[in-house]
Amino acid sequence: MNAGLWSRVNRTAAWLLILFLVLPALVAIPVSLTPRRFLSMPRGEYSLRHFEALFASPAWMSSFAQSAIIAVSAALLATVLGTLCAIGLWRIASRAAEAVRALLLIPLVVPPIISAFAFYRLFVPMGLIDTYAGIILAHAVLGTPLVLIAVSASLAGFDPKLEQASRSLGASNWTTMRRVILPSIRPGVLAGAIFAFITSWDEIVITLFITRFSVFTLPRRMWNGVRENTDPTTAAAAVVLLAITAVVFIGWMILQRRATRALSQTGD
Amino acid sequence: MPSFRRLNPHPGWWLVLPLLLVVLGMFLGPVLNIMWLSVTVPEPGLGNFAALAHTGSLRSMLWTTVRVCLITTLLSVVMGYSIAYAMMHVSGVSRNWMLSLVLVTFWISVLVRTFAWLMLLGHNGPVNGWLIAAGIVGQPIQFMRNELGVVIGMVHYMIPYAVLPILASMQNIDERVIAASRNLGASGVQTFRRIYLPLTTPGIVAGTLLVFILSLGFFVTPAILGGGRVLMVAEYISVQVLITSQWGTAAMLSVVLLFGVLALLFVLSRFMRLSHVFGGAHR
Repeated sequence: MNAGLWSRVNRTAAWLLILFLVLPALVAIPVSLTPRRFLSMPRGEYSLRHFEALFASPAWMSSFAQSAIIAVSAALLATVLGTLCAIGLWRIASRAAEAVRALLLIPLVVPPIISAFAFYRLFVPMGLIDTYAGIILAHAVLGTPLVLIAVSASLAGFDPKLEQASRSLGASNWTTMRRVILPSIRPGVLAGAIFAFITSWDEIVITLFITRFSVFTLPRRMWNGVRENTDPTTAAAAVVLLAITAVVFIGWMILQRRATRALSQTGD
Repeated sequence: MPSFRRLNPHPGWWLVLPLLLVVLGMFLGPVLNIMWLSVTVPEPGLGNFAALAHTGSLRSMLWTTVRVCLITTLLSVVMGYSIAYAMMHVSGVSRNWMLSLVLVTFWISVLVRTFAWLMLLGHNGPVNGWLIAAGIVGQPIQFMRNELGVVIGMVHYMIPYAVLPILASMQNIDERVIAASRNLGASGVQTFRRIYLPLTTPGIVAGTLLVFILSLGFFVTPAILGGGRVLMVAEYISVQVLITSQWGTAAMLSVVLLFGVLALLFVLSRFMRLSHVFGGAHR
């Protein structure tokens, strides 16, 4: 058979597969616009009542706020710990440092269900179940490997001679860090912070284990809604989440494009 | 004291120490504690592991897990290969679009995606509606509360993880090798089968292992789309911990899952730099 034909068939198949990846999530949009009280596809008539219900619901609004507070706190904590550690490991640059780095990446590869079990066993005697402190700490720990990876990648492109120059010109450790190292690895720190934020914002498995009633994040409320599978307010919430994803993603793409353009200009 | 001076650490360790203490105390310690539980609760010994050999429900649950994960992995890698191959053979603009659309799925919450499948695959849902309207089936297909729905949901989630390592290995291929094969008289299909496919094997292996590892511990989609009928290891552990408080069994299964994943990761590290895989997933 003709290879050109094959590759044309495959191209069509690939586009269909990509549509299969992207389109299903969008079904939440029509369902959220149904005028009826139960989950259904609208037939000809549309209504925004479920969005009104969503924004008027103290429970859903409190979950949005809680998730935002938890994700921002966890991301900040993970970013500070991860960035300091990445700089430390980069400066030590020994075999021991590489071993420690591997150790610190372990939270990324342990299946979430095992992390959830581990946090649950840890938090019960400490009284941290169903507290902000508990969930922020747990989510921060999960986010640190992502910060470590992102910042280390930035440091790999940073010339250590700049640090030596700063020191030999009389700057202290702290000044060197703040004025020389941190500004040049800012994209990595920012990327790490965003990954850590999303990790926490989306996290459900550990949340199911270590929260009960007083801490009720957005994924937790979505989980309950999906399990009951009757209330179209859940579809409205899903649409809001999709919209946030779309905005953040487009912003991210624009930043990426600007960064690569800046990079190619400095390369000239 | 010279022996003391030899221990004098690099000042960089002071920056590493806070995170190291947090991860040791809050993560690695508790995970070791689970391993300890698996051989001490309810009584010391290997009783929990012995249960694997003679408890039918445990064995059938593990077999379900492995079967669903194998089917998911096979489908995801084949589909991921198709997408990656097409990406390599389209114009730059199309490639950017394809890559962006694959990457955007990483950013969509797994709950939103599972919820979407729940609505699409229902008894009276749009998918059954279309299939009946098109005359493909006479009556609605049962998509949910069985392995079919779980596999659909999992494949949908896993395809992007298969695409990235395969794409990376395709980008490493020297185009001149392909041109040489064609110049020497091989047909397009021969060139693909004898040259292209073998050169992308590392990517296929890496994608296969990555998808299989992520599938093994997957909780959300099997729990929701399986509706309690497709019990896989992650949901089983959660029931043991949160409902029946069978610490020993939950810990034993966690240890089995953890060592399975670590062994596969070790094999994966032979084919791909791990930091590249994990970092790459977000680029």
